[in-house]
Amino acid sequence: MADMMQFDLVSPERSLASTQATEVQIPGAEGDFTAMPDHAPVITTLRPGVLKVMTGSGTEEYFVTGGFAEVSGEGTSVLAERAYLKADVTRDMLDEMIADANAASESAAADAVDSASKFLADLVAAGDEIGI
Amino acid sequence: MPNLSDLKNRIASVKSTRKITKAMQMVAAAKLRRAQEAAEAGRPYAERFNAVMGGLAASVGTSEGAPKLLAGTGSDQTHLLVVMTAERGLCGGFNGNISKAARAAAQKLLADGKTVKVLTVGKKGREAIKRELGDHFVGHVDLSEVKRVGYSDAASIAQDILTRFDAGEFDVATIFYARFESVISQIPTEKQIIPADFEASEDDSTVYDYEPSEEEILADLLPRGVATQIFSALLENGASEQGARMSAMDNATRNAGEMIDKLTIQYNRSRQAVITNELIEIISGAEAL
Repeated sequence: MADMMQFDLVSPERSLASTQATEVQIPGAEGDFTAMPDHAPVITTLRPGVLKVMTGSGTEEYFVTGGFAEVSGEGTSVLAERAYLKADVTRDMLDEMIADANAASESAAADAVDSASKFLADLVAAGDEIGI
Repeated sequence: MPNLSDLKNRIASVKSTRKITKAMQMVAAAKLRRAQEAAEAGRPYAERFNAVMGGLAASVGTSEGAPKLLAGTGSDQTHLLVVMTAERGLCGGFNGNISKAARAAAQKLLADGKTVKVLTVGKKGREAIKRELGDHFVGHVDLSEVKRVGYSDAASIAQDILTRFDAGEFDVATIFYARFESVISQIPTEKQIIPADFEASEDDSTVYDYEPSEEEILADLLPRGVATQIFSALLENGASEQGARMSAMDNATRNAGEMIDKLTIQYNRSRQAVITNELIEIISGAEAL
């Protein structure tokens, strides 16, 4: 059996997962990547997307919006601004987030327009990926 | 000496007060447990966040292009004090202590010739410092409709503060809240959030790759850092408020109990005096015959 590493997913309000995992697929701001045990230490920001955690016994999927991930020798921790079990995400929640993002990108200052519209596009793409 | 029926009414009224304070104490105890759980649940995030930020800030902090949120605007002329208090009273010295700390800080800054702006969160603190610092108010956040403080509340307060910062309304922001130590001790605390003041992380030999660059990550995370700090302050405040209310109501309940005992003794004495009086009257009346 493959090596395991510690995986933590925390949001500001609570800790969602703290478990052993064989690999974690992370939606990084610059592209998805998979962290496995003994991955080189890296810190990256997240885009809205789906986080997949392979534990020894199965796969858990979470929907995360921005935040960041820290991969180190000891394990992986993801600090997400908002995180939900993928199964718990509903179309209404997503629509609400998209509406918020829309408003934010419209009112964003000139230098923040790009990042706001990227956030919006990522959010929509993540919604399609979940398929709701 | 008050007459018997007055005393009786008085006892009844103190008894019903005791019932109310007892009930409030129990409600506060239940809410305290929830608030403490929330505060504990939020702690891992804040700790991890600060650790990462500490590392980042240490490596970027001194360089030229460091973000303003970290390095400051280069001036400390205008201070924004964010005073976080409760929406309700009857919680002992909780609101008073925070307002006192904020007032003292404001007076000190004013004496040094700085400009002070005040943003209040929670209406009790606003009332308490209105007389002295009313002219310096720039805004108020009302959380009275919020049953359970969520991250989104903190995020919107942070958004408000950041917008003001970007508009150049102030140089330094400090939050005032009560740190929850225990049920009987809540410590009024002031904490500077802009420019960010992260504790240097302990010698962490791990060298991280950053994706995108350190500067970009920092620029993305600093605003979140403000929200995170406000959120943990709100949670601490929530627990402190309930703790303070619980011990205040516990005291009130005990005081009411003591008062009832005293009044009951007084009531019994006066009743006895009335009886003795009546007996004397009857006996002397009988003797006179």
